[in-house]
Amino acid sequence: MTAETSNGNGAQTGATTVNTGLAHMLKGGVIMDVVTPEQAKIAEEAGAVAVMALERVPADIRATGGVARMSDPDLISGIIDAVSIPVMAKARIGHFVEAQVLEHLKVDYIDESEVLSPADYTHHIDKSKFKVPFVCGATNLGEALRRITEGASMIRSKGEAGTGDVSEAMKHLRTINAEIAKLTSMSEDELYVAAKELQAPFQLVKQVASDGRLPVVLFVAGGVATPADAAMMMQMGADGVFVGSGIFKSGNPEARAAAIVKATTYYDDPAVIADVSKGLGEAMVGLNVSDLPAPHRLAERGW
Amino acid sequence: MVSGTPQIGVLALQGAVAEHARALQAAGAEVRTVRRPEELEGLQGLVVPGGESTAIARLAAPVGLMPAIAQRHGEGMALFGTCAGLILMASRVSDAEALEGFDRIGGLDVVVRRNAYGSQLDSFTDQLDVQGLNDPLPAVFIRAPIVEQILHPEVEVLAEAQGSPVAVRQGRMLAASFHPELTGDHRLHQLFTEMAGQ
Repeated sequence: MTAETSNGNGAQTGATTVNTGLAHMLKGGVIMDVVTPEQAKIAEEAGAVAVMALERVPADIRATGGVARMSDPDLISGIIDAVSIPVMAKARIGHFVEAQVLEHLKVDYIDESEVLSPADYTHHIDKSKFKVPFVCGATNLGEALRRITEGASMIRSKGEAGTGDVSEAMKHLRTINAEIAKLTSMSEDELYVAAKELQAPFQLVKQVASDGRLPVVLFVAGGVATPADAAMMMQMGADGVFVGSGIFKSGNPEARAAAIVKATTYYDDPAVIADVSKGLGEAMVGLNVSDLPAPHRLAERGW
Repeated sequence: MVSGTPQIGVLALQGAVAEHARALQAAGAEVRTVRRPEELEGLQGLVVPGGESTAIARLAAPVGLMPAIAQRHGEGMALFGTCAGLILMASRVSDAEALEGFDRIGGLDVVVRRNAYGSQLDSFTDQLDVQGLNDPLPAVFIRAPIVEQILHPEVEVLAEAQGSPVAVRQGRMLAASFHPELTGDHRLHQLFTEMAGQ
C-alpha cells in the first residue's frame, strides 16, 4: 500500500508490513497530544507509547477558532529530539505538501486529521505515494475502508476532539464494530451490494467479512478524559487510545497521564481503574457534543 | 520435566500480544497472557513482545513483574524477546536514559542500542539466513534495536543483518531484533516452543 524502496541487498523500507506493523507495536497503549518538548517528556515518563506533536491541543483550537494548520517544523523537530518513543504529527485533510514536509522531518507517523482545517473538501491525501505511515480518522466502516484503500496503515475512530465528551468516540466505535459484525454474517453475493453501499473496494470488504476485523489496527480518539473512559474503549474492543486535550488541559497532567496508561493495560480490572482514578484533580472542563453547533463538529470533516 | 503441550505466556502489558499468541498456538503451545507476577505460575516459557520498552518497563514496575520474570527464568522458565523484549532482556542498554530507574529482566549477555536504525522511514523487511532453519526467514524490523556487543561466549548468534547480530540464543533465552510474529512464518515460535518444552 505504501511506497517501497529497495537498498539493493534485499532489504526493503517503506513496506506495508513495516508501516501497519508499527501500529501493532503501539497496541494496548496510549498516544498523547503534546505541544512542547517538555510535555513530550512528561508523556514518555508517564508511559505513553507515542506522542502526537501539534501546536495547539484540540480544546484550544476550538477556543481560538480560525484556520488550524500543520505545526512549525522547529517544534516538531524539538519534540523528535526530546523523546525516544515514536513521534506523530498532524497534516490537514488533503494537504499532501504538509505531509511531504512531515515525512522530510522524519516523523514516525502522520495523522491526516479532521482536527485541523481541511485543505481539500473532496480528496484525501494519496497516502500510497509516501513511505511514512498514516493514521486517519473514521466515523464508520465505509470511511475507514476508503482511508485504508488510500494507503492508511492505522485507523482511529474520530470521536469529537477537544470536548472531553466520550459519547461520539463510543458512537463511532460501536458503529464500526456493528458494521463489521454485519459483514461477517453476509453471503458473498450480499457483499457486492455491501461494498457498493460502503463505497469501498469489494476485495477489501470481503477480507473484513472473513477476518471479522479491519486489516489494520483500530485506536479510539476524541473526548477521552479519564482512566475509566480509556478502559471503556478497550473493553469495547479498541486496540489502544489517543488522548488529546484530556491530559494537558487537566489539573495534574503527570498523574492523569500515568493513570490513563495503567487503566488502558488493566482495562478489565475495576479495582485497578478505581485505584488509579483516586485524587487525580480536575479533569478537563469539557463541552457536551450535543451543545455544539453543527459547523463546530470536527467529526463531520472527512469524506 | 513436564511432558505434553508446553504452557507459554505472553507478557501483555502493551504491544503485539495477540500476534505472538496466534503464532505460539500455531506452533502447538497452550497460551495465556501475563500482566501480574502470579500469572507466571506454571509457565514453561514466556514471550516478551515488541511494543515500547519505555511503556512496558513503567507498567511492569508497580507490580514488580521484571524481577519476578527474572526469578522464574532462574527457576527454568524459557524466555523469548522480540524487539522491545530484546531490550528488556539485555544485560546492558547503551542508550538507556528513558529506561533509567526502571527494572528490566536482564540476563542476556549483550549490549543493545534502541532505535538503532533510525526513524520509521528506516524500518525495513528482509530475508534472513537463520542457523538451524533450512530456508530464509522473512523478518520485519520496526524502529529496531541492534546488538552492539556480545559479552559472553555462551551467546550464540543465530542470524545477522547488515553486519550485526539480530537473533541470539543463550541457554534458555532466545531474542530477536525483528518481529517474527508479524509474518505467517512461525518457525522461530516453533523453535521456542520446543526450547520451552525441554
